[in-house]
Amino acid sequence: MAKRIDVSDLNIYYGNFLAVENVTVSIEPRSITALIGPSGCGKSTFLRSLNRMHEVIPGARVEGKVVMDGQDLYAPDVDPVDVRQHIGMVFQRPNPFPTMSIYDNVAAGIRLNNKKMKRADLDTLVERSLRGANLWNEVKDRLDRPGAGLSGGQQQRLCIARAIAIEPDVLLMDEPCSALDPISTLAIEDLMTELKERFTIVIVTHNMQQAARVSEQTGFFNLSGVGQPGRLIEFNSTEKIFSNPDEKATEDYISGRFG
Amino acid sequence: MSQTSTTPAPATGQAPAPIGQQRGHLPRWAPWASFAGAAVLVVLLDLAFGLNIALYVLYTVVLGTVGVYALTRLVEGARKATDRLVTCLVVSAFGLAMVPLVSLVYEVVARGIERLDGEFFGYSLVGVVGEGGGAYHAIMGTLVVTALTALISVPIGLLTAIYLVEYGRGRLKQAITFLVDVMTGIPSIVAGLFAYALFALFFGPGVRLGIMGAVALSVLMIPVVVRSAEEVLKLVPNELREASYALGVPKWRTIVKVVVPTAIAGLGTGVTLAVARVIGETAPLLVTLGIVNGTNFDPFDGRMATLPVYAYYQLTQPGVPPQFAIDRAWTAALVLIMLVMGLNVVARLISRFFAPKTGR
Amino acid sequence: MTATRTPSDPAAGRTVRRRGDRVFAGSAKGAGILILVILAGVAAFLVAEALPAVTAPGEDIPGGEGLGAYIGPLLFGTLLAAVIALLVATPLAVAIALFIAYYAPRRLAQGLGYVVDLLAAIPSIVYGFWGIYWLAPRLVPFYEWLERNLGFVPFFAGPTSATGRTMLTAGLVLAVMILPIISAISREVFLQVPALHREAALALGATRWEMIRMAVLPYGRSGVIGGAMLGLGRALGETMAIALVLSVSGGITVNLISSGNPSTIAANVALEFPESSGVDVNTLIASGLALFVITFAVNMLARWIVNRRADFSGAN
Repeated sequence: MAKRIDVSDLNIYYGNFLAVENVTVSIEPRSITALIGPSGCGKSTFLRSLNRMHEVIPGARVEGKVVMDGQDLYAPDVDPVDVRQHIGMVFQRPNPFPTMSIYDNVAAGIRLNNKKMKRADLDTLVERSLRGANLWNEVKDRLDRPGAGLSGGQQQRLCIARAIAIEPDVLLMDEPCSALDPISTLAIEDLMTELKERFTIVIVTHNMQQAARVSEQTGFFNLSGVGQPGRLIEFNSTEKIFSNPDEKATEDYISGRFG
Repeated sequence: MSQTSTTPAPATGQAPAPIGQQRGHLPRWAPWASFAGAAVLVVLLDLAFGLNIALYVLYTVVLGTVGVYALTRLVEGARKATDRLVTCLVVSAFGLAMVPLVSLVYEVVARGIERLDGEFFGYSLVGVVGEGGGAYHAIMGTLVVTALTALISVPIGLLTAIYLVEYGRGRLKQAITFLVDVMTGIPSIVAGLFAYALFALFFGPGVRLGIMGAVALSVLMIPVVVRSAEEVLKLVPNELREASYALGVPKWRTIVKVVVPTAIAGLGTGVTLAVARVIGETAPLLVTLGIVNGTNFDPFDGRMATLPVYAYYQLTQPGVPPQFAIDRAWTAALVLIMLVMGLNVVARLISRFFAPKTGR
Repeated sequence: MTATRTPSDPAAGRTVRRRGDRVFAGSAKGAGILILVILAGVAAFLVAEALPAVTAPGEDIPGGEGLGAYIGPLLFGTLLAAVIALLVATPLAVAIALFIAYYAPRRLAQGLGYVVDLLAAIPSIVYGFWGIYWLAPRLVPFYEWLERNLGFVPFFAGPTSATGRTMLTAGLVLAVMILPIISAISREVFLQVPALHREAALALGATRWEMIRMAVLPYGRSGVIGGAMLGLGRALGETMAIALVLSVSGGITVNLISSGNPSTIAANVALEFPESSGVDVNTLIASGLALFVITFAVNMLARWIVNRRADFSGAN
């Protein structure tokens, strides 16, 4: 569990359009890495390429290497479906399955993959995952209710529970709080701090305070103009990025001079 | 404001009159009064000349409309008058469209109720001359053929819709989408001729089989299933597919276990409406199934009776005396309408009760 | 940019695909291709079975004067009935669509829409029953009036059919049947007229009709035309209602209210096919092939018009 990811010379395309250019970065295990930058700079695209969700979009592809503990995720014999079982993802908008109960939503990763598991074991797993997502106490009496009936913040924690139920090594979060109110956001941020004991977490956020609050490492993405590829401008410890960044562009962005 | 032109001349530069100082205003009840006056006038006409009900309504509507136009034009001006005239025309058009619907339903119920009895549903026409007899064999035939049609059409239609929404790309997708559209317009008799031509090549001319009818109806049903299923599958949010992929679920399992269950209400509605569409088809069955008087459950062995074809032959070849067969024909038509309307109701219920519950 | 792969080949480099995925994607694609095969099959089998009629000597064809002479009057009857239906149904359908979209009370509108759609759900044979027993006898006095007052017009020359089972009656029944198709599509495009256009017209002080004339009708025109073409396709192929309602004598005539009427292709097949054998069957299939080609062309044109509209509407 909690593996490191080394990305080298990664180019990401949509068809012939180069969206992200030449990213090289190392993501540490058992820590939170935040990715910040203006809209359209490719940080979400980069995040999605880490678990090969990127190529779900027709025509999308990458060049370069993403290595997780020595295993190249883009090697020709690697099945993207297997990659996603090891690298979970939480999306911007909570997306519980509307046809499933809360219980079934958490068990979805097991059930949808037709893995056989004893009912008692599954019960344990669901409880452990919901506890892990700080949701157990709120929903333990209504596990058979539809997941879509929860509040937005609860739904997002349900989605986190669903993601950690398949015991991934890495958890990717794509602006997980942008659709939530401040109190729900706080709950998720607290949760992230707990989860980093067990998982490698990468989070994309538009909220610089959030990046400063929760992360150890921060990467700043930017693009030089419309139609130009996004680049990783600077990758450093969060403390350094927010106090004394190496790059001028980073400092301008942090201090609110653009973006 | 110009009164000489009947075509409305919207704001051409003159300053509009201040509110409240326009020309006169007709009271709200004026149009109704005009129609009531017309009705009274027509009653007087009726006393003088004698009119049937259709002419009575027609004259009332025409005179009432003319009255509204004239009144409005005198008091409020030409533009308002044209507006009122169009309103009258549009409402009359809708009323006119209701005439066939109401008269048709009334006619079928009134004439069909006669033989809507146990014997109609319990007996075939074997050995029946004149009175009595029923449509048991035809109802069973319709059920067998329709079930078989659904069995062929639903898998092909659903898989095609899944291909178009989830996998399809480029020229093949375009070609299929376009041809499904075109296929929706194939005349039903042509579908019947196709099934005949297909089976005649293998079984020789003059062949009549239940399965031929099912093939013919499938040609009509498949595009309907594809269209409706495609619309419904497109409504499933992409986020659910992504959530499933992110759990390491392969694409095909995502479709089978997430996309299809989410869309199941719409799919059920679409399939039910498609069945309703083909269950009343007559022409293709006329040329592929023929008609018999006895019950035949085997779609691979000889002619089969079906309800629409039964109704057709009972009406057009009633025998002597004709009235008994004609009564049976109307009852068959009534049963057919009840089947179609019933399926429409079922379709609405499916979409209401099987839609994903949000629990809020 | 090192474009080593073309965008049309997105699967390259992704050699690993699960067996389940391959099987499922394959069968979905297969079903789609099957539809193409069926459509090609419809054409191919009809051609194969129509061929004997094309090659047969003229005197073997019913009527004894060859295939063209046999199909010609049928084609004329088909077009005549469909054109009558279209002329009657289109204005009515547009008015109904306007009523439901802009005149009916908001809360009733959807229900009234369902009611009009019900007209489309009724099986065509029931329309035939209704046409013979309800509509035709009631039209006879009207036809007599037409003959008396407009007899100089060739369409109404008479003598009036005593049963009322004339070409005009058949056209009217068809009009009722295609009414819901045209009205449904018109309603859809009328409702898609951007609120901005409508409000702009109203803000200029337009009355409701002026708003419709200025904003709604220009926007919805091609949708209405496409809907009418789809209705035409349905009217051309409609079988049972015509087979029941129309009293047929063959021959070409434009007299719409007499008892001597040309049949239509579809109705003729339904009437003749069950009793036919030998080359007669092939002749009927040949006429069916002609109908298929015509409706195919009409529907393609209709879809093209409707889809072109969709491209410009910005609604998708």
